[in-house]
Amino acid sequence: MKIQYCDALVVGGGLAGLRTAVATQEKGLSTIVLSLVPVKRSHSAAAQGGMQASLANSVMGQGDNEDVHFADTVKGSDWGCDQEVARMFVTTAPKAIRELANWGVPWTRIKRGKRSVVINTKRTTITEADEAHGLINARDFGGTKKWRTCYTSDATGHTMLFGVANQALKDDVDIRERKELLSLIHKDNRCYGAVVRDLITGELEAYLAKATAIATGGWGRVYRTTTNAVICEGTGQAAALETGVCTLGNPEAVQFHPTPIVPSGILLTEGCRGDGGVLRDVDGYRFMPDYEPEKKDLASRDVVSRRMMEHIRKGKGVPSPFGDHLWLDISILGREHIEKNLRDVQEIAMTFNGIDPADEGSKGWLPVRPAQHYSMGGIRTKPTGESPDMQGLFSCGEAACWDLHGFNRLGGNSVAETVVSGMIVGNYMADYCLKNDIDIDTTTVEAFLEKEEQAIREIMSRPLGDETIFDIKRRMQEIMDEKVGIFRNGTELQEAVDELQDLLRRSRKVGIRYVTHASNPELAEAYRLPKMLKIAISIAYAALLRTESRGAHYREDYLERDDANWLKRTLVQWSDPDATLPEVFYEELDIMKMEIPPAFRGYGRKGMIKEHPQSAERQAEVDRIRETLEAEEADRFEIQEALMPFDLPENYKAKNERQGVGYA
Amino acid sequence: MPDTAQNKGRMLTFEILQYNPSDPESKPHMVTYHLEETPGMTLFVALNMIREKFEPDLAFDFVCRAGICGSCGMMVNGKPLLACRTLTRDYPDGHIQLMPMPSFKLIKDLSVVTGQWMDKMSKRVESWIHTKEEHDITRIEEPVEPEVADETFELDRCIECGICVSSCATALMRPDFVGAVGLNRIARFDVDPHDERTTEDYYELVGDDNGIFGCMTLLGCEDHCPKNLPLQEKIAYMRRKLATAKDTGGGLEIRVEG
Ligand SMILES: Cc1cc2nc3c(=O)[nH]c(=O)nc-3n(C[C@H](O)[C@H](O)[C@H](O)COP(=O)(O)OP(=O)(O)OC[C@H]3O[C@@H](n4cnc5c(N)ncnc54)[C@H](O)[C@@H]3O)c2cc1C
Ligand code: SF4
Ligand code: FES
Repeated sequence: MKIQYCDALVVGGGLAGLRTAVATQEKGLSTIVLSLVPVKRSHSAAAQGGMQASLANSVMGQGDNEDVHFADTVKGSDWGCDQEVARMFVTTAPKAIRELANWGVPWTRIKRGKRSVVINTKRTTITEADEAHGLINARDFGGTKKWRTCYTSDATGHTMLFGVANQALKDDVDIRERKELLSLIHKDNRCYGAVVRDLITGELEAYLAKATAIATGGWGRVYRTTTNAVICEGTGQAAALETGVCTLGNPEAVQFHPTPIVPSGILLTEGCRGDGGVLRDVDGYRFMPDYEPEKKDLASRDVVSRRMMEHIRKGKGVPSPFGDHLWLDISILGREHIEKNLRDVQEIAMTFNGIDPADEGSKGWLPVRPAQHYSMGGIRTKPTGESPDMQGLFSCGEAACWDLHGFNRLGGNSVAETVVSGMIVGNYMADYCLKNDIDIDTTTVEAFLEKEEQAIREIMSRPLGDETIFDIKRRMQEIMDEKVGIFRNGTELQEAVDELQDLLRRSRKVGIRYVTHASNPELAEAYRLPKMLKIAISIAYAALLRTESRGAHYREDYLERDDANWLKRTLVQWSDPDATLPEVFYEELDIMKMEIPPAFRGYGRKGMIKEHPQSAERQAEVDRIRETLEAEEADRFEIQEALMPFDLPENYKAKNERQGVGYA
Repeated sequence: MPDTAQNKGRMLTFEILQYNPSDPESKPHMVTYHLEETPGMTLFVALNMIREKFEPDLAFDFVCRAGICGSCGMMVNGKPLLACRTLTRDYPDGHIQLMPMPSFKLIKDLSVVTGQWMDKMSKRVESWIHTKEEHDITRIEEPVEPEVADETFELDRCIECGICVSSCATALMRPDFVGAVGLNRIARFDVDPHDERTTEDYYELVGDDNGIFGCMTLLGCEDHCPKNLPLQEKIAYMRRKLATAKDTGGGLEIRVEG
């Protein structure tokens, strides 16, 4: 039996995992990071557009601060988020970005003086102040009041990931690639590490740790058309689910991005529209202002994606062999801007579609259609990042449902979440490691290891049938695309749940053609597939049960956001390993503790809310507290504290300095 | 769609190296597959089809499938390329031969170990910011000239794909050569105002034949770099800089090749 020991075990080497590892390692804890692929190839590298942090350096960001970022995030989430977590997040984000600058992330900087930008298809000149010269710049993104999305051209995720990975190398974090988490080792609701498979040798090992973090990214590949990398299969979340103890939060909250390119599904960043690009239909007509007069092409992603599909359904799509699509027009930004700030977009369009988006007029228009993009749901955690169900198990980044995003994530808030939660969760995880030992007997460890060995032997012993692993996987992805997509309804969701359950049963019997252990991709597909199906079923089933529309979850048969009955978080647990359906519970969101009680988001359909009686009550209370404190000349921090106190390690809770206003 | 219709249905011939070094019975051999071309087909699409239809244990590496993560370098008809960005329609005779990248340890078939190689390189060149300053992250960040930030970004675009290494004669001869990727990294930190290292410091790290003086300026790296990094210019610049630094400093004898 091969056993490896460490203090902190981090599964996943994307931005979230690496930043967590830096936090624990820098507290003197021996830390191991495991990843399917070399960590710098993690999907975080693909983030193009940017990271939100309320620095307020640019003239277009003036007046921005934590409060504005907080309000945008809560509205974006359609009141589904945990507002305390959102507060922790917006308070730490400026520190995170400044830390990254010190680690060498070459953020695009502001140049003093006049600058030409495109706002609402019009070329406009803005003037940056002398004091802002050389500070971190920001661009506009959907669903935000201010220009808050900091960026490095359009390779933000890449530079951030290299910055954090280099810091981890500097700190001598033990990084191991081509290692796959299969299952968690746990006893009496406490986690002790993981059973891990070496993807080169096929060997299984036990990693024992005082605390374990899962930062395995999103699960987009349960869908067929997705912007996600091919390794985003949700196997980390499935491992948590398969403990039978841990829960997944809001799996049905799946984001569809408005502008992946057709047909490859490769993302064209929101920065395209943030910088002034617009959507057009078959007639070349800019249709978004008709639907969303205020935020237009830059309403939140769930809204823009739905409006696009609505418009296509009206027959305004552009027919193509790959289905109807719409056009994204960035040619109006001009070649110079595109070649400097949207170069990866240009490269993708030229390579995969043979279109140069800088070409003037319709020649440069890019075919786009919404596709799966982001998983708001994930392993449910407390604000500290620890599982409420299992001690010593932490999770952060896209894999987690920390619940910053509720039912819709704002662009730029995700890479920000990865590093911010890495800082915060890593901190709490380190505290846990310092207080706890690895007190588990080897028989238990052996049993977990043997169980996985046995599972792999069982797969290898199956007879070959007519069906292959790939057939089942493709069918799962098709069902998710067709029936658990942007527009959902009870009938189709029920069909999806039924068929997915059947696929899960079949996936447990399907044989493989090669029965070698070492470096065998088919074997890996075989043990991953049932895990993916459990995730797919959790998504479809939770979507079926949620009879309302909120954020990205849109039910054609229940159009209202139903605060009266559905202001709650779905929790999914899979206690019987042989079952084909999970158990579902709900966690109420307490309106009376909210800093911003539920209201209209300011975009999307109006008047489609079934109010909760407490919303008005709490709003009155909030107004009263605010008025009283304002009369006493309390500052915004004191008012915030009175409305909704939240915990955060002191160094992260500290106030953030801004140009012109100091620490106010 | 500009790239549909015209190529539809053409038969492609793939010749792919197969070898599993961990299996004593396995010998390197080429296997041929025929596949119908689909519109806009990339090698990512083609290889997955081959895996699904014919060879379920064929090993290759893709992550982002968008030319961003640097996972999928391989030799395509003898040239190192990112497979996910390579379109089959660019091969008019429909014949495509795939081999793993040289200079990296082979795992199996088309899959090689690039990650550990890059980590070793990163540690050798100390690929992180060196500074004595303690930063208070609640304070406004240090200003950086926008042009300097852009210049740093330009060199920071390297995706560690290893293509420069596999197109480099020095790398084949000297397994410890840091490669264009490593030398570019030095140039990147050299322009970054956050890094306080001096030319002498860089000399300590790469002032030898496995570093800056190993390059024979054969240009393979720059020709193939998928991010079009100005590798030759940067290597030449760093070489001049390091050579003069050491000349004036210690008066050591240095050999400047090429
Ligand atoms: C195309 C694209 C563009 C985006 N652009 C933006 C943007 O501009 N702004 C923004 O805020 N967000 C953006 N996002 C979202 C954001 O990039 C991701 O949500 C975020 O990077 C996820 O980071 P992570 O660290 O949680 O996971 P990842 O970076 O996905 O890392 C997951 C890690 O887990 C490992 N792993 C997975 N499963 C296992 C297993 N079973 N065992 C061991 N290791 C495992 C992987 O190897 C990897 O190292 C974008 C997303 C996409 C798809
Ligand atoms: S320098 Fe270019 S070729 Fe070399 S690793 Fe970086 S991106 Fe790849
Ligand atoms: S798969 Fe990421 S570069 Fe090819």
